[in-house]
Amino acid sequence: MSFLTINSIYHTYFTQETATTALKDISLNIEKGEFISFLGPSGCGKTTLLSIIAGLFPATSGSIQLEGKPLKADQDTSIGYMLQQDYLFPWKTIEENVTLGLKLQNIKDTDGKALKLLKDVDLVGVEKQFPKQLSGGMRQRAALARTLAVNPKILLLDEPFSALDYQTKLKLEDLVFETLKSFGKTALLVTHDIGEAIAMSDRIYLFSANPGQIYRIFDIPAELRALRPFNARNHPLYPSLFQTIWKELESLEH
Amino acid sequence: MNIKQLHHDFKASLIREKRFVRLYQILIFLIFFSAWEIASRLQWINPLIFSSPTKVWRLFVIKIQDGTLLSHLSVTIFETLLGFILGTLLGVLLATALWWSPMLSKILDPYLVILNAMPKVALGPILIVAMGPGFSSIIAMGAIISIIITAIVVYTAFREVDPNYLKVLQTFGATRAQSFKEAILPASFPTIISTLKVNVGLSWVGVIVGEFLVSSKGLGYLIIYGFQVFNFTLVMLSLMIIAVIATIMYQLVELLEKKLIKQ
Repeated sequence: MSFLTINSIYHTYFTQETATTALKDISLNIEKGEFISFLGPSGCGKTTLLSIIAGLFPATSGSIQLEGKPLKADQDTSIGYMLQQDYLFPWKTIEENVTLGLKLQNIKDTDGKALKLLKDVDLVGVEKQFPKQLSGGMRQRAALARTLAVNPKILLLDEPFSALDYQTKLKLEDLVFETLKSFGKTALLVTHDIGEAIAMSDRIYLFSANPGQIYRIFDIPAELRALRPFNARNHPLYPSLFQTIWKELESLEH
Repeated sequence: MNIKQLHHDFKASLIREKRFVRLYQILIFLIFFSAWEIASRLQWINPLIFSSPTKVWRLFVIKIQDGTLLSHLSVTIFETLLGFILGTLLGVLLATALWWSPMLSKILDPYLVILNAMPKVALGPILIVAMGPGFSSIIAMGAIISIIITAIVVYTAFREVDPNYLKVLQTFGATRAQSFKEAILPASFPTIISTLKVNVGLSWVGVIVGEFLVSSKGLGYLIIYGFQVFNFTLVMLSLMIIAVIATIMYQLVELLEKKLIKQ
């Protein structure tokens, strides 16, 4: 039995005039500790799938099971979700932001776990500051600490590096990769960046659009998986894999 | 090139600009009141209608000494404050109810439009008959004039809060009440403060009109009374006091704004 089982998910968006099928027959299994990427052109439904897994809304049909139990939408805190932007609350200090999840679940952060997490993501001495005073990279790291604070079993990353400049993005990829590995977390990354998908993941699901479905699955070679994202980008295997996926993506668009 | 000297010059230019602005503000004030005084004394304007600053000041001193001004003033301030607080509070509560239940907001939508379009002061006579010609109907006037517009503006602000903040809260398993407290309300504070500023003015309108109609106490009563006995010095005095107190209330709201929105 897999850690996360996604079983023939279909999803359709309805408006007065149209019924648009965003996802068609999505089935996949993810093992504990794996890092998975969903790659694909815009409109392929990858964010929709992530939202369904996060329990933000139910799928039109199909089922999702975490450790053999169906995922409950509202009350389940085993899911951590990170968005394109940090969405730290500007009127709360960094510390208040990081402990937000604990506060909502009425858990007292007695042993200073949140502060320890801030240290893990290299944010020291900014607890009392407001998000506005931090740089984009620091804010996204604070958002990672906020997500990890409730100790989720699986992390959903919805293009969390797309709003950052290139240098910050590369550094943050390494940091997220190492942090998740050290906590043994399972992660699902949505991205349209081929390089990022190769450098970070164990496996890549390539989606085709209209309707969104799984088009190809790429297993990343063990040599690349063992490396940190920055070093993986410099490995001799990286360019050929990039080319292969690039060609597949190109063929999808024509 | 001397950075220190340039910085010093820059600071000096800021101070100069500030002094320049202040000087002209004082100048306008002085010119307005002296022109009024001179025009009135030389009969360029009818002194019976427009009075003059010295006459207003003399009346002010007399009314302070016999204590009548303070009793009228305190009645009006009490009514305005209560009308202002009630109007804003009920308006925000109504906005909260509309946000809480999207169905309710859909159902009530046309009624809110009608109530908003309606001139609230026209309800005055009905309020006075229903609640009696006392301070309660005047407070009600001060409140209803701002409830609906507050509800509409604040509800719009609630709906414009970035849904991604709610997404973050939802993934933490937040209830609707928690989402309201953690995201919707604090994100709307700037809008709520600006409606407070508008409501200061509105509640004055409601209360003064209410006092016109009830005609027993307060600055609105003094204006109507002065008008009836053709004592326009009394009318001018009441107007000036209203201007001063309304400005103080506005400043207090700005102080609150600085406290609430600190980041």
